[in-house]
Amino acid sequence: MKTYAKPPAKEWDHDASTTARAGADPLLEVRHVAKRFGGREVLRDISLDVASGEFLTILGESGSGKTTLLRLIAGFEQPSNGEIWMSGERLDTQPPYRRRVNTVFQSYALFPHLTVAENVAYGMRVQGVPRAEIPPRVAEALAMVKMSASAETPPARLSGGMQQRVALARALVNRPKLLLLDEPLSALDANLRRQMQTELKALQREIGITFLFVTHDQDEAMALSDRIALLRAGALEQIASPREIYNSPTSAYTAQFIGQTNLLTAQVSGGTARAGCLLWPCAAPEGPATFSLRPEHIRLVDGASGGNPASCRFRAKLENQTFCGSTDMLEIVSPDGQHLRVRVPSRGILEDEVDLEFSAKDCVRLRDAGSS
Amino acid sequence: MYSRAYKLAISLPPLAWVTLFLLAPYALMFMHSFWTVQDNQIVHTWSLNNYAKLVASPVYVQVLLRSMWIAARVTLFALLLGYPLAYFLSFHAGPRKELLYQLVIVPLWVSYLVRGYAWKTILGGDGVLNGLLQFLHITQHPVEFLLYSPFAVVLTLTHIYTPFTFLPIYASLEHIPRNLVEASQDLGASPRATFWRVILPLSVPGLLAGATFAFVLTLGDFLAPILVGGPGGTMISNIVQTLFGAAYQWPLGSAIAVCILVLVLGLLFATERVERKWTFS
Repeated sequence: MKTYAKPPAKEWDHDASTTARAGADPLLEVRHVAKRFGGREVLRDISLDVASGEFLTILGESGSGKTTLLRLIAGFEQPSNGEIWMSGERLDTQPPYRRRVNTVFQSYALFPHLTVAENVAYGMRVQGVPRAEIPPRVAEALAMVKMSASAETPPARLSGGMQQRVALARALVNRPKLLLLDEPLSALDANLRRQMQTELKALQREIGITFLFVTHDQDEAMALSDRIALLRAGALEQIASPREIYNSPTSAYTAQFIGQTNLLTAQVSGGTARAGCLLWPCAAPEGPATFSLRPEHIRLVDGASGGNPASCRFRAKLENQTFCGSTDMLEIVSPDGQHLRVRVPSRGILEDEVDLEFSAKDCVRLRDAGSS
Repeated sequence: MYSRAYKLAISLPPLAWVTLFLLAPYALMFMHSFWTVQDNQIVHTWSLNNYAKLVASPVYVQVLLRSMWIAARVTLFALLLGYPLAYFLSFHAGPRKELLYQLVIVPLWVSYLVRGYAWKTILGGDGVLNGLLQFLHITQHPVEFLLYSPFAVVLTLTHIYTPFTFLPIYASLEHIPRNLVEASQDLGASPRATFWRVILPLSVPGLLAGATFAFVLTLGDFLAPILVGGPGGTMISNIVQTLFGAAYQWPLGSAIAVCILVLVLGLLFATERVERKWTFS
């Protein structure tokens, strides 16, 4: 692996805000990019920076425009508006074959008429890498993805997971500045998928190439990314580290898309937020507000009264209890009829009435409560 | 599952058809090729005389070689026209694709004879082309070599069989997943390199099928030589036709037909093998 330049030692502060790396020059800059197909607006005013060595995930449901954004960066589509820059050079005016960007396609797109080794050698051949240099680099890339044994096999004889590895080797062997991955794991079964996630992350750390990863799977995004860019209907909803985006979602959409949550519609007045019968101290400005409260932030307690002043205790009716292994998911109804979800450590069958508590600090006020 | 009787009942009509109208005539032709004609009667005595005559007489071999040479040229020109056309339609025609496809197909609906006669009126001594040449004072007198020559046969058959090469090539180009083209460019290959390294290799089956169509159909053609060929443009099928007609030499004609059949079957067998080698699932 010595031929791959080690990235500058860099420890991402997961809880820092997105402006943490403003000082360093970004590798990739997407500036006010929009894309229309006919009259349909697929991407609207997208701006984001990707730092060198970063693992950035573009997350969104199908139709949110995430693949289109990737194709704009790869050069298969032209932006209708805006610019894309890489290392201080304009990228979007270059044809795809001049961009130091490689793609791992969702369906792998391996050349069926070439062997695995020839597939991996393809990029170096067409770019005129000296002949003597090619075989050792192919061998090295195949070893990296543990596919050395299949070098002379045609890709059609390989399983999906193996084809995936070859596609990865074929892209990485060219030492791109930026690797684009378009839902590369979506065709794999759950076990293989988890294994490939781990390997992918380890590989990215080891070779230090910047990864731009597209997925619709929020768990995958959380597990892999330095930062997540959440797309919603062609617009950037929020971009932050997994922790920040989970702990401090700015919108109801983000809060519900990344993990599960309870949305509390409350009225803030005199330092107190009131959502029906639920009251907690709150420093937010006066007026109506929506809060996100994660199910795991509500806990079971003994007795409906007491507790500290920075929390809210209430008694609720238990509607449903689902066993999920180490935790139980409870569906409860507050006395005034609010349905909430609660995740607690498993502890056997509960009574019909339960006492619950949450801390005021766990209620995250959403800046944009918009419909979800 | 279906019963044996049912399977037999539904496969019997096509089997009978093939036997009656394909296998039986071939068998008859094969048998004729070993018989002889005496006093204007076909005599059922078995011998290899007909085949010996074919090998001994240079005229048959010569015409066969000429026919193959014409077929080879028609194949080459039909591919040179058909491939770029199919490539353009498949990759660069955009929304006009369907319309252009229909336009390529339309000539197939026009009768072969009409197309043959059309070339006659274009190439003839008082034809459209000569009229134009004289009008432009490029030539003083009608140019004779245009019509009634191997050139005219090659031109006419190229026109007629180009759609036959276009169709399989177009089909194979349409089957190439477009993300392979994107992957090639993504890995740094220019459009030209992508064509030579990805598109052309993956279209080999269509290319071979198209070439086979053009070559085999030309080799068996006898109308174009009659319409525009002249004495120098005679092809092997014209000889067969004559032997079966006025000359009343069915046995000799059958022997030639058997030779052509073996040649064509060998060719089909060879291209089939190559095609299979270049087909990837």
